Amino acid sequence: MLLVGTRKGAFIYRSDAARKKWRVEGPHFLGNVVNHLVLDPRDGRTLLLAAKTGHLGPTVFRSLDGGRNWTEAKQPPAFRKAKDGEEGRSVQSVFWLSPANASEPDAWYAGTAPAGMFRSKDGGATWEEVAGFNDGLYPNIMDKVGEVPDGSLLHSILVDPRDARHLYIGISTGGSFESNDRGETWHALNKSVEATFLPEKNPEYGHDPHLMALHPLKPDRVYQQNHCGIYRLDRPAVEWQRIGLNMPKEVGDIGFPVVLHPRDPDCIWVFPMDGTEVWPRTSPEGKPAAYRTRDGGKSWQRQDRGLPSEQAWWTVKRQAFCADACEPVGLHFGTTSGEIWSSTDAGENWSQIAAHLPHIYSVTAAPDS
Amino acid sequence: MRVVLPSPLFSYTGGQQELDGAGESVAQLLDFLESRYPGMRHRIIDEQDRIRRHIRFFVNGDGVAHLDHRLQTDDEVIIVAALSGG
Repeated sequence: MLLVGTRKGAFIYRSDAARKKWRVEGPHFLGNVVNHLVLDPRDGRTLLLAAKTGHLGPTVFRSLDGGRNWTEAKQPPAFRKAKDGEEGRSVQSVFWLSPANASEPDAWYAGTAPAGMFRSKDGGATWEEVAGFNDGLYPNIMDKVGEVPDGSLLHSILVDPRDARHLYIGISTGGSFESNDRGETWHALNKSVEATFLPEKNPEYGHDPHLMALHPLKPDRVYQQNHCGIYRLDRPAVEWQRIGLNMPKEVGDIGFPVVLHPRDPDCIWVFPMDGTEVWPRTSPEGKPAAYRTRDGGKSWQRQDRGLPSEQAWWTVKRQAFCADACEPVGLHFGTTSGEIWSSTDAGENWSQIAAHLPHIYSVTAAPDS
Repeated sequence: MRVVLPSPLFSYTGGQQELDGAGESVAQLLDFLESRYPGMRHRIIDEQDRIRRHIRFFVNGDGVAHLDHRLQTDDEVIIVAALSGG
């Protein structure tokens, strides 16, 4: 099953066992901007959906029956009311949803724009601020670039499967950070990550991670697709390696998504985009392709069989590329032009399974219930 | 008090556009609406009690920018999902 969030609503695609035939359910919430739609892997049935409309403020909806019925959060993510003389912040959109550790059923994290972190203990019905981020880390890191025009984004809330208190997050723009106490305190984790858009060389923070991913089978392995390249970090080391330097020079290593192989921590996929000069944010030269490494980033292979060979000027947003858990692993991505492409052989061959959708923001794979 | 709602809020009222409201201020009217239609207030008023960017309030035809604006029982309050251009 693919859970698809778009600029104009959500769609659920269900396939046959071979992943060849797909049927669509939806649109759900037609006209809503749906940034993220996620199934809770802990119960296999709860769906959370982050939505807003052009006019109305942001909220979260929850379904307990695979998307047939939805209930709005009683208390959506919202910053605390400002004290007198203080400029209060307002959540403009809920951008990211992450289930918490398996030991904490019904606990979720949400990341917002402008960057804010929220936690729910009741399956998404009510949300509370993570004060250690909203009042602690956030105001202390905005000195580098200030708040960006469309609002900074808190994304990639990664929860260590071994320890519910151990979190990583990415802030665009702000950098990568780690907490060992469930978000009460944070420290920067950006060493050797480039930030060519900042005047300062080797800043402690202020970087622009586009997406981070932690491998559940090797939780000390973290990958990052950054505004300035593709990186890998093997804890307890704190220095990132720019594995994107091994990508073909003419393609570069700029993009949004990074996708993990579910069973091989050395295998990931990225989807490069044009990050030159004015940042077209299209496929390089209009020729889209995924790139795969099977050796942790030492070498990369282009995978474009079945994709348009020219004049395809779309790209893939950070939440819009995913792997399923099947064998062989399936890959699925949604484009900024409203197409969904799928591979049932780990990216060797691609076929289009949907077109004419709105701009796609997120695609997540989940077992069908 | 006659209250007219914009279509983006119909999911809260079951499609009802007009209703009888109550309250001595816009803030109290919003409390009244929230008690009847849970969740509605947050969609049009942010957590700092600011009217959201694309929402407008008109009382007897005049634009109102603050929630402490006083209301009378025979007022007409129109909530508009303002045009965003284009």
